[in-house]
Amino acid sequence: MAEKIELQKLCIAETTYETTLTKKFQGRKSYVPPDPNNIRCFIPGVIQKLHVRPGQKVRKGEPLCVLEAMKMQNDIVSPFDARVKSVKVEPGRMVMKGELLVELVPSQSE
Amino acid sequence: MLNSNKHVDFFHRKNKLLNGGGSKAVEKQMAMGKLTARDRITALLDAQSFYEYDLFVEHRCRDFDMVNKLLPGDGVITGTGTIAGRPICVYAQDFTVAGGSLGLMHARKITKIMDHAVKMGMPIIGINDSGGARIQEGVDSLAGYGEIFYRNTIASGIIPQLSVILGPCAGGAVYSPALTDFVFVVENISKMFITGPEVIKTVLGEEISMEDLGGARVQTEISGNAHFCAGNELECFHQIKQLLTYIPWNNKARADRHTPRPPKPKHEIDQIVPPEPTKPYDVRDIIRAICDNSDFFEIQRNWAANIVIGFARLDGQTVGIVGNQPLVLAGVLDVDSSDKAARFIRFCDAFNIPLVTLVDIPGYLPGVDQEHAGVIRHGAKILYAFSEATVPKITVILRKAYGGGYIAMCSRHLGADFVFAWPTAEIAVMGPEGAANIIFRQEISSSLDPVATRRLKVQEYGEKFANPYVAAASGHIDAVISPADTRKVLIHAIHVSSSKAECRPARKHGIPPF
Repeated sequence: MAEKIELQKLCIAETTYETTLTKKFQGRKSYVPPDPNNIRCFIPGVIQKLHVRPGQKVRKGEPLCVLEAMKMQNDIVSPFDARVKSVKVEPGRMVMKGELLVELVPSQSE
Repeated sequence: MLNSNKHVDFFHRKNKLLNGGGSKAVEKQMAMGKLTARDRITALLDAQSFYEYDLFVEHRCRDFDMVNKLLPGDGVITGTGTIAGRPICVYAQDFTVAGGSLGLMHARKITKIMDHAVKMGMPIIGINDSGGARIQEGVDSLAGYGEIFYRNTIASGIIPQLSVILGPCAGGAVYSPALTDFVFVVENISKMFITGPEVIKTVLGEEISMEDLGGARVQTEISGNAHFCAGNELECFHQIKQLLTYIPWNNKARADRHTPRPPKPKHEIDQIVPPEPTKPYDVRDIIRAICDNSDFFEIQRNWAANIVIGFARLDGQTVGIVGNQPLVLAGVLDVDSSDKAARFIRFCDAFNIPLVTLVDIPGYLPGVDQEHAGVIRHGAKILYAFSEATVPKITVILRKAYGGGYIAMCSRHLGADFVFAWPTAEIAVMGPEGAANIIFRQEISSSLDPVATRRLKVQEYGEKFANPYVAAASGHIDAVISPADTRKVLIHAIHVSSSKAECRPARKHGIPPF
């Protein structure tokens, strides 16, 4: 080969190989375990309505906000009884997939 | 009308249509660095070989003042011709006519030439350059797309289908190329996406250029949607002509046999693989050292480069080569490389092209991203494709063949007809380091000097199992061969497999994990 290739290390099953790494491999994001108290956006869209304020108590299944995505209105509901710790969005805001919408504190932990 | 007048009338009508969208639109097309549809066909086919059909087809749209609009050829040129003297069907969308938009009659022209290609058993080449559905024709244009997709599917595995993207190809239109066997793109000209930058901006608020979203490089390096990328249209046509030399005209034929040529002497096969099993080399150097004239026609070179696929010739006959690439990600299998190899294997199987598999694989790529991306499902594709293939399957294990990777790479167990191994082959459940740590865990941890014990056990395991002879003793490989004999052995194996017939239980079709 004409050009000199810079080799990197890759460990597979306890053996370290010299090789090159692809852009995709190098761009991997390290895994962060999901926090159930953080309510995140599951599809890109626009926040239509906000039902809760910080400090407010919500029951399991109670809507937190309405997310309009792909022409559908999605109720984002509380997965458990909780107190709203913070609200990160406001109506009219465009939100990305994975963006933090509302932070909750489960009721039984208080 | 006198006959002579009829002839004048004919020339007048024809010439009007041959001008496509007119000189202004043609100028615009040229200014974008693009050839016209007609020039593309001329450049691709043998000189003077093109015969056009359906030039006089007219659209039938009656809404939105379309009645008075003349769209020459309804925005697509279709016909037959030859490439290297062999018959071929071709269509080219004409962007100068209503932006190459697809209406019902435009689609009918395409499906008609596709039907011809299937009936006559010849490849079809579709040149895509279209703004998308002709909105004025409404659901009729959707019907048109659907009829094309249906025929792409029916023709799949019967005739080779090639798609050339020489302009925009957006929305539903992308699914015809996606259903075909090989997709060609050209830098700065090809744009493919389901939803364009404007929709993305509206829905997501993200700004991205067409090039960064679905340009030629994206499609050949990131998405894997396209197989070949060229710097300009003429280079693209050259790639198409090259590809056609390797493949048969339909699924009942075999690829043309070419004059056998020895590999070029600069490729010394013994010198390529480094003695240290953890050091990389370029598997393409091995391929070039084996195949005729050292010509390797690589497919999807820049995507999932940890596996190498492509066509070459052995003793003049086309073979499909699948090889792990130790130079990239140590040659692991992962989601993309399994996907890439599986599709290629199925093409070779459908078109009677023997498969040569070169193995040097440490295993599957570990990682949360891989598991979550479905490496189980995608990895299964390569197992399915190799097992399903009934063309001659010949495997050469060059170095490592560990664990699941060994099985997946066309092992005897997946129906390989011949499995050869070089003396450097290591066929084992895993590398000595990993294996020794598991088997001798207690011995290592309870010893006075765990580091020294570990080193000793790794060495012991390596000496006993890191070789081809354990697998050879079980008959899992047929012969240990010296690298210098590889070409000779492969040519012989293909020769003796030439009338291979493998019968399987009858079924409608299998259910591959796609």
